[in-house]
Amino acid sequence: MQLLIVSWLLLLTGGILAPALGRRPLAATLVGSGSAALGSLAGLAIAVGALANGQTTGLALATTIPGLTLSLRLDPLAAFFLLPVHLLGLLGAIYGGGYLRGREGRLPGLHWLFYNLLVASMSVVITAANALLFLFAWEGMSLASFFLVITEHQEPANARAGLIYLLATHLGAALLLGGFLTIGAFAGGFDFSAFAALSHLPGPTASLLFILLLLGFGSKAGLFPFHVWLPEAHPAAPSHVSALMSGAMVKTALYGLVRFLLFLPSAPGWWGGTLMALGLAGALFGIAMSAFQSDVKRGLAYSTVENVGLILLALGLWLFCRGRYPQLAALALIGALTHILNHALFKGLLFLGAGSLLHGAGSRNLNRLGGLMRRMPATGLCLVIGALAVTALPPANGLLGEWFIYRGFLEAGVRLKGLAAFFPLVIVGLLALVGGLALLVFSRLIGIALGGEPRGSRADLAHESGALMLVPMFVLAGLCLAGGLAPSLLLGPVLRVAKAIEPPAAPLLAQAGLLPLWLGGLAQGLALLLVLTALLGRWRKPRAVTPAVPTWGCGYLFPTRRMAYSAEGFSELAGVSFFCDCLRPRIEGGRSMRLFPGREVFRHQAPDLVLEAGFLPLFAWVAARCTRLRRLQSGLVHIYVFYIFSVIVALLGWVAIRL
Amino acid sequence: MLIRLFWHLALLLGLSPLLLGVIAKTKAGFAGRKGPPLLQPYYDLARLFRKDMVISRTTTWLFRAGPVVGITAPLVACLFVPFGAIGAPLGFDGDLIFVIYLLGLSRFCTAVAALDTGSAFEGMGAAREVTFACLVEPTVFFVLIVLVRLTGSFSLGGLFGPALATGWHTAAPSLMLAIFCMLVVTLVENCRIPFDDPTTHLELTMIHEVMVLDHSGPDFGMILYGAAMKLLLLGAMTVGLALPVSLGSAPLDAAVFALAMLILAVLIGVVESVIARLPLLKVPQLLIGTSLLSFFALILLLR
Repeated sequence: MQLLIVSWLLLLTGGILAPALGRRPLAATLVGSGSAALGSLAGLAIAVGALANGQTTGLALATTIPGLTLSLRLDPLAAFFLLPVHLLGLLGAIYGGGYLRGREGRLPGLHWLFYNLLVASMSVVITAANALLFLFAWEGMSLASFFLVITEHQEPANARAGLIYLLATHLGAALLLGGFLTIGAFAGGFDFSAFAALSHLPGPTASLLFILLLLGFGSKAGLFPFHVWLPEAHPAAPSHVSALMSGAMVKTALYGLVRFLLFLPSAPGWWGGTLMALGLAGALFGIAMSAFQSDVKRGLAYSTVENVGLILLALGLWLFCRGRYPQLAALALIGALTHILNHALFKGLLFLGAGSLLHGAGSRNLNRLGGLMRRMPATGLCLVIGALAVTALPPANGLLGEWFIYRGFLEAGVRLKGLAAFFPLVIVGLLALVGGLALLVFSRLIGIALGGEPRGSRADLAHESGALMLVPMFVLAGLCLAGGLAPSLLLGPVLRVAKAIEPPAAPLLAQAGLLPLWLGGLAQGLALLLVLTALLGRWRKPRAVTPAVPTWGCGYLFPTRRMAYSAEGFSELAGVSFFCDCLRPRIEGGRSMRLFPGREVFRHQAPDLVLEAGFLPLFAWVAARCTRLRRLQSGLVHIYVFYIFSVIVALLGWVAIRL
Repeated sequence: MLIRLFWHLALLLGLSPLLLGVIAKTKAGFAGRKGPPLLQPYYDLARLFRKDMVISRTTTWLFRAGPVVGITAPLVACLFVPFGAIGAPLGFDGDLIFVIYLLGLSRFCTAVAALDTGSAFEGMGAAREVTFACLVEPTVFFVLIVLVRLTGSFSLGGLFGPALATGWHTAAPSLMLAIFCMLVVTLVENCRIPFDDPTTHLELTMIHEVMVLDHSGPDFGMILYGAAMKLLLLGAMTVGLALPVSLGSAPLDAAVFALAMLILAVLIGVVESVIARLPLLKVPQLLIGTSLLSFFALILLLR
């Protein structure tokens, strides 16, 4: 525990020193990313150690602020969630050192200050054992990540993204504040140790709390329909920050949800049902929207919405089955936890890979990329492994988590009687649809960005990224493969946490312990067989390859690069054939009907339906109603001081009356 | 275990190309032609494996990986599927998910290999393949879910085992619908009319065949062989649904299974001969309809 605090201090010191070295960018980068990497490495070691010995350590320091004690606790659940934070913190720091080097003219010091603050505050959020401390760290995390999102604020799109993110995260934080105050009032304190009293909450209060926590944490986690900030913020942020936000920060919200759900009394059925419904909606909506994005990072952000949806779906099943069907609860919980870990690995990898494409080929637009496997072979290999993992294909790690989720719902479908079994079984079918769409999305990403000929002039001159950027990607790609080939690596920590949360399910956990042998052995066998088949092909016909011909154009002799399939074209059939109108992308122009076609403008957009048709009109409506309040906004400081004074007097008066 | 593996591999490697030959012969018979010899697919494979390859200069290792995965993944997947009464050599609790994702792996690699050539035709084929697969996968899952619910087992070996035979007494309507859905899935996944026509002269209208335009020689041989195995795999599931009986001795069971598969191949040939190919945009509608049918089979079972 003390070591963890030392690692935070290291992060803070480095973060403060980096901007102080302002005029020397190289030194600032060295100090900033070095301290971030060292601090994260220490944190990672501590988390792994804590998980390995499975013990809970704690620390509590009193403060003079009422309700706030600096109490920290590192139990298996916290240690588990520290893994992605510090792993991606470490790799992102190394990657960022290379990524930011090309951007001269900007001082990297401030970026590293916020980066280190983000890593440290996520770590504090996860280990905090006091609700107020949790909230302070939560706010620190939100603000640090906000400043990281607007790193390149000169572009208006990025500034808008930052604004949407700030708004979403603060509305969520307000709901959390409300929830925590309710909890504090009932439990008589803000320390987690006092929260045992919450298990006696009356039903309606508990349900209110559940909703507040779900929406509060959900807005950060990318819960549908509060996911709108993700596809805006992730493309705007530098890629290592996107990786950290998508792989780790989103998970802190899931951590918060699980942590506080464990304090609440046993859940009525509709809690789990709500979670499952929203999770499923998010999974379907996220992957469908992802299919229409031509911006690589925007597509990945929507894929995060999908994966968070899957995790919430599993958590919903866990919540629904807790206390009723212990085996199902254990399966669902293991599925959710495995997918959390897997998602951190492969989504981190994919965002870093997308950053490498942007760095090397100068664009995030799929229609400007192409032919990059030839020009950036290492990045390409990493992206292929990431794509296999995210689509849950063997032999990568993604299948493991999804296997548990599928298995949990199938089991539920067999256990439940009559028509009650209908819902879990239908969810299995819809999961298959999500899986099919994910395959479309990522075969499109790999095929269009890496295969074929370059579609843009800069992709022609693309260059491979430097070692600083490649090494973190290789580490993550290696972990993705290792997780698939040796699932016990992943399941070890997951089972420890699951045992701590769901002790009654011990027999099933032991049974699940048998499973990785199968999936892992099969993945190994498959990989071996693939290599053998490939070698067999080589050995039989070493002389046969004649590579000096162009692609067969079905008799057409002058194909150009512009004729290759575009990103939009690839997903058009899916859009036409099974999405409703409102989800389809908006297409303007591009249809020439004249005999002598002239210049045509073609525009293809896939805006977020929830943002465009839901939140923006809602906020515009609220803003229109609030114009009268502008009179209060005089811009004179002494008037504002007067407001504060009068509020305090009113509050004192209220307290005096109640006494 | 080893004996089972032997029977499985023998049936898989030996029988699968013959199915293609039977289909072609049936179609030729309907058209009043003599048709290629039944063993033509074997000759084709042997010829392809002896040939040289032409590889586009645009491509990378992704292009070469397509056929390798395209033959390996169905081969491994077949080891989990019982061939009639001959039990699967491999199996574990929940292997149905693994098998479906294995087929997904082969689809992913074939589509990426197609896009790697940079040809508009192959990109088009890849887009169609992955789009239609989105609609086929839920159908396969619903059919398997019906079986899971009926037999209480989570492995393919158990799903098509003796428990299914008793299931026929109680849930025949659901199983009839399931057989129909599996038949449609077999047709779609193996690019048969009415969904796809590999023998058309126009690349624009193809799905699977256009994806592999640039593959040649041994690579194309691997793709063909893999496709034949996939036909056998899905056909075995259909046959397993319809004939969950065992005669007690392995050679006899193998013979029954082979016969049933040949009948299925003739049936596919008949379907291909009497039905016209659907317009491309009608295909998703039919697939959605099939998904709904499989869904209905589930409701009938839960009733």
